[in-house]
Amino acid sequence: MIRETVSAIVGCAITFVICAVAYPLAVWVIGWTIFPRQAAGSLIERDGKVVGSELIAQPFSSEKYFQPRPSAAGANGYAADAASGSNLGTKNPALRERISGDVAKLQEANLQEKEPVPADLVTTSGSGLDPNISVEGARYQAARVAAARGVTKDKIRAFIDDRINTSGAIIGAPARVNVLQLNLDLDRDFPAPVK
Amino acid sequence: MDSTLTWLHPAWALAIPIVLSFPLGWLMFRALDISAANAGKGFDAIPMLLLRLLGRKTPVGMSWKRYAFSMLTFNLALFVITFALLYTQHKIPALNPDHKGSLGELGYKIGDDDHPGADTGVVFNTVCSFVTNTNLQHYSGEQHLSYFSQLAAIVWLMFVTPASGLCVMLATLRGLRGDKDLGDFYADLFRGLASVIMPYCLIVAVLLVGTGVPMTFEGAATATTLDGASTQTIARGPVAALVAIKQAGTNGGGFFGPNSTHPFENPSPWSNMLSIVSIVMLPMASMIMAGFMLRNLKHALVLYGVMLALLVVGLIVGVNAEMAPSAAVRDLPVAVSPNMEGKEVRFGPVASATWASITTATSNGSVNSMHDSLNPIAGAVPMTLMMLNVVFSGIGAGFENMLMYVIIAVFIAGLMVGRTPEYLGKKVEAKEVKLAMIAVLFHPLLICVGAGLFAATEWGQKTVANPGSHGFSEILYEFTSAAANNGSGFEGLGDNNPAWNIATGIVLLLGRFPALILPLAVAGCLAQKKRVPETTGTLRTDNLTFAGMLVGTVLLVGALSFMPAVVLGPVADHLAEVKTAAK
Repeated sequence: MIRETVSAIVGCAITFVICAVAYPLAVWVIGWTIFPRQAAGSLIERDGKVVGSELIAQPFSSEKYFQPRPSAAGANGYAADAASGSNLGTKNPALRERISGDVAKLQEANLQEKEPVPADLVTTSGSGLDPNISVEGARYQAARVAAARGVTKDKIRAFIDDRINTSGAIIGAPARVNVLQLNLDLDRDFPAPVK
Repeated sequence: MDSTLTWLHPAWALAIPIVLSFPLGWLMFRALDISAANAGKGFDAIPMLLLRLLGRKTPVGMSWKRYAFSMLTFNLALFVITFALLYTQHKIPALNPDHKGSLGELGYKIGDDDHPGADTGVVFNTVCSFVTNTNLQHYSGEQHLSYFSQLAAIVWLMFVTPASGLCVMLATLRGLRGDKDLGDFYADLFRGLASVIMPYCLIVAVLLVGTGVPMTFEGAATATTLDGASTQTIARGPVAALVAIKQAGTNGGGFFGPNSTHPFENPSPWSNMLSIVSIVMLPMASMIMAGFMLRNLKHALVLYGVMLALLVVGLIVGVNAEMAPSAAVRDLPVAVSPNMEGKEVRFGPVASATWASITTATSNGSVNSMHDSLNPIAGAVPMTLMMLNVVFSGIGAGFENMLMYVIIAVFIAGLMVGRTPEYLGKKVEAKEVKLAMIAVLFHPLLICVGAGLFAATEWGQKTVANPGSHGFSEILYEFTSAAANNGSGFEGLGDNNPAWNIATGIVLLLGRFPALILPLAVAGCLAQKKRVPETTGTLRTDNLTFAGMLVGTVLLVGALSFMPAVVLGPVADHLAEVKTAAK
């Protein structure tokens, strides 16, 4: 009995050192050596300031920017320290109401676009921090962004097409566009006219 | 998405682990089932060195009772130590850059009633959950745990609990094989960790960092957003180390609240594939290992095939159901598309539904989409797989569960032909069948009693997030997940309050330890018996007939136990109309 207890405690100490100390340290050292940018969270800097992470959605509401998917993370959405999905069931009236509201808002903001709204633009992601939108979701917003930036819609469409990420297509991954990257490139290539 | 590509993702997600499970299963057999004469040679030197630290020069031979006692004592020590670590996390000065407070003082909400302050229930629940290899989480990692707790309590338990399951499986196999003794628990534990789980996780963790999973001890990053220049606090941490073992050890508890939907846990389709393969890799390989250990690969392949068939059926039903548009967008001007609520664009509906099946077939329980928002039938698939609880399931635990069904299938087959049932050359008698019946019936008992109680009282009624039968599904899912030691959830459920914390904590413990010890007892009994010679009248357990018999037994017990509950939950939900909001 006492012997078993001692064994258990020593066993705990041994496994603790291997699993909770040696292993994370090894991953940390190797990770930082080979992939320092990813290990820090794929942060993006512009003019020496961190503007976000390539992998984390941030709010965009101006006309001149592409907007990400709606977010249920935190009280106002896009809380990157309190990620969350909506957890609403498909038959919950609250979900339908929220989607109807978002559809109406999107249609009003994109009057030039007559196509139905792409589903990903009116549904929240599981994390609330989905950094991507579908290609259709980006194209849907092209006319609005073009107008706000004073360029033709075709130019923005071509701009989107250049930035479609198809990595992983061979394992069945959908084509997608990274919203933050898209908007950073927009600011660089098509600075908005000064009002 | 191009419809011809629909099945590309699940095809890869099954093909890779199936192909790799054979060589890996053989390697596990060579690394874990080592005779006394060969102990400490080659790679076995490391685990044997660790055993020396414990004061044993060579592995000792244990009876099933001593083996079970060692395992239980070790797990009890884990429970006590991690409870203390989590309870005092705010007082531990190391690795807490974001100054996380006490886990025991989170407070909770029931409906609209706020209950601030102390609730030790969440610490109890968390420890039960991680000691049982379940990882049901009533807290939210990035909000409530320090980096120290994530590594010292969570990652530690994520390694040693699947290793404990693996140990019990090894002992059971030795018993079934007819060995004199069932091995040394600590030798098995160290071998499992040092020779199998740790090397695998190191490789996966580094690859995960490459795909974008952070691995840092710095606190949250602060960014100034592009539009409006507001401040965004981006939680990060030593995520890659945790995610690797979370997937490989059938654990499933996320570093972040929403688990593998979070872009830092699962940044790309590549990390998704790596994760999904890791989820099912060791459970599959351990079945092959069983074949080598029993010197009866054909019998192991029958069990493997039965598990795989059940998984494939669940997966196909789930993916098809999830390709349908959500009922919530019916008649709205939204482009026709699969249900995207609770899903990430980089995975899409197919990879999400595939993951939902694989994570619940195995007892992993990590999620890459929110199961609460799945279409009702797609949500019934993970629930069903957890109710069956034998489809690969936990490392070690899956074999133990399946063994109980095998004993019952052999018994029923024996009754049908009027012969004393035999299994692997040993007579199966009243004692073994009784133990198997208890093990098999305990699982539905935990789920049905728990779900019934909470559905009938305010404990459940006040905490559901969705109305109608979907609310009942949330309760049913939570108890199923706890009893199956899975850990996924219909996460809308307000489960962080004393009633849920205590009830699921108890179900977690009762769902784990009897399910490990009863099969070990059966193996211990069978080991004592004399081998009976095989004749033409012997019921073969290595052919298709027996596979059919086993599937029938599993489905019959499952359907009889759970059909009414499933009809009240997801099936009713599927048939219900969407109610527009009250006018």
